[in-house]
Amino acid sequence: MSLLEVRKLSVAFQTQGGWFRAVEGVNLSLDRGEVLAIVGESGSGKSVAMLALMGLLPATARIECERLLLDGQDLLGLAPKARRRLNGGTMAMIFQEPMSSLNPCFTIGYQIDEAVRTHLGGGRKARRERVLHLLELVGIPDPPRRFDAYPHQLSGGMSQRAMIAMALAADPELLIADEPTTALDVTVQAQILELLLKLQQERDMGLILITHDMGVVAETAQHVLVQYAGQQVERQAVRGLFEQPLHPYTRALLDALPERAPPGDFLPTIPGLVPGQHDRPRGCLFAPRCGHAGALCQTQEPVWQQLESGPGWRCHFVQGDPPAPVFPAPAALQQGGEQGEQD
Amino acid sequence: MLRFILQKILLLIPTFIGITLAAFMFVRLLPGDPVTILTGERGVDPERRAAMMAQLGLDQPLPLQYLDYVGKLLQGDFGQSLATHRPVTEEFFARLPATLELALFAILIAIALGVPAGILAAVKRGRWPDHLVMGVALTGYSMPIFWWGLLLIMLFSTGLGWTPVSGRLDIINYYFEPVTGFMVIDAWLSGERGAVASALRHLLLPSIVLSTIPMAVIARQTRSAMLEVLGEDYVRTAYAKGLPTWRVILVHALRNALITVVTVIGLQIGVLMAGAVLTETIFAWPGIGKWMIEAIARRDYPAVQGGLLFIAVLVMVVNLIVDLLYGWINPRVRDGR
Repeated sequence: MSLLEVRKLSVAFQTQGGWFRAVEGVNLSLDRGEVLAIVGESGSGKSVAMLALMGLLPATARIECERLLLDGQDLLGLAPKARRRLNGGTMAMIFQEPMSSLNPCFTIGYQIDEAVRTHLGGGRKARRERVLHLLELVGIPDPPRRFDAYPHQLSGGMSQRAMIAMALAADPELLIADEPTTALDVTVQAQILELLLKLQQERDMGLILITHDMGVVAETAQHVLVQYAGQQVERQAVRGLFEQPLHPYTRALLDALPERAPPGDFLPTIPGLVPGQHDRPRGCLFAPRCGHAGALCQTQEPVWQQLESGPGWRCHFVQGDPPAPVFPAPAALQQGGEQGEQD
Repeated sequence: MLRFILQKILLLIPTFIGITLAAFMFVRLLPGDPVTILTGERGVDPERRAAMMAQLGLDQPLPLQYLDYVGKLLQGDFGQSLATHRPVTEEFFARLPATLELALFAILIAIALGVPAGILAAVKRGRWPDHLVMGVALTGYSMPIFWWGLLLIMLFSTGLGWTPVSGRLDIINYYFEPVTGFMVIDAWLSGERGAVASALRHLLLPSIVLSTIPMAVIARQTRSAMLEVLGEDYVRTAYAKGLPTWRVILVHALRNALITVVTVIGLQIGVLMAGAVLTETIFAWPGIGKWMIEAIARRDYPAVQGGLLFIAVLVMVVNLIVDLLYGWINPRVRDGR
């Protein structure tokens, strides 16, 4: 049994202009000890889907899901009390902005201790020991001193370490990291990622890593889920994804990586923007930005296709087994990229 | 920290000078003068009048009068009341405890009801508790104090007879020497049965009236501060930790919201002193508000000037304390800056 199983998760927000579909039909499953990366541009619904898992969305959100199992336990319609036991207990989450994610009015020690007290309980002394141990575990130097430090006295990297310590307080089985390194210095980014992976391996945790950095994906994940405009457009093992991307969007993302870009003056980009609430295309959501889109793409929504060997994608192209890269030469895409840049 | 306090105190000096000037000018802008009031409607002959003016130093040009006044202030001499011929300082401090008692109760009521109401409104944003709290707050804020006070007296004192109409104590049944000047404490110290209850019953209506405006302001500020804070990332973190909702709201969010609320509470002290003038007059409460009104009516220049000055200093000191509290509540202010 997998640790996490999500089938057809959809999230919509009530706005003044009607319902905004932020996440549509996301499926995923994750095993213990596995790292799953979710990639996509801003606004692709990566964070929203994970916040939905954690039950952290505002009341204006409507969540629909066929199946949502964590460790065999149904998360749908969970009573608030049971939900609180899970949050910070079995599943924990760390966020993009470590500085603002910590409460400025309380010490680091107090905030980590809250998680320990809520889920493990125990006497004051034992809890303090646990917090100091956690601080040491995440590589914060001089834990007894940092215990009494306020968030504003810590750097971004240290704050994220403290957030990780808080998330690990009750030995969660699933850790969701929402762009944990985006707000940090480049040098610190690598350290934090390394720390996350080390802890994940030591504790055999399932780790969901939300990112828009393909480099991070390549280094860390076993499986990758590509999201676009709230839809899942591709899902496969990391190796396959980099060697043989199945969806034009994935390919375009990879082509935009400097280290993979064909030599030339311009780095390929994807022209246009992610569709918003009011300009959603009728057919494939990516069609307006896709270098390969044909008449069918404009009018008809593509269905999810899945190979028995695992990879799946949402596109009218590439059918059959094994999948053949039948896209036109990347030149077409590259051209599109240049136009996009001049726009 | 010491540096911070000294800086604040230094800043008070120009404010203080401004206030002496304002106090001096305002009383003299009032039509009439002390001598006219002293001598009554029929007046006296011009010579006698000029002599009296000279005796009070009012025949001097205004700038000279002001310098004379400030000069005496610097020696700690606040002058004598023209009405009682007793030192203004003595008169003021004899009445201060009554006002402090009233103001203290009022601000406690305002905080005790305003903060929870604001939290409730923020948490139930856009639903009926929010509308109710905000509606009541707006009404309270817009209500003229004297009218509100009279309404309450009509209902609870003359109508239902639950509370006394005026004064600080049932003086027919109780008598004791003032020790602290705080009636509730003095009543308690006297050991007379029922005295504390009597003092509290006298205190109830005036402090409710006085608390109304600060309560409305505090409720509105708490609501908006809470709304802002509830959208912060660390509130989400607190939920992600699995903390119960009450803990997220009352510990994580409220602690941050209090930073702004405390500032507002500090500012209400000034409002409270202004309100005390009206409230004390309505309820015949023998505090400095009522004393000031009487002093103004008598054109008792030294008393009005001294009273204004003392009240201003009181407000400034309270604000200084709030500034210090601020550092205690907000750790980011505490370290330097």
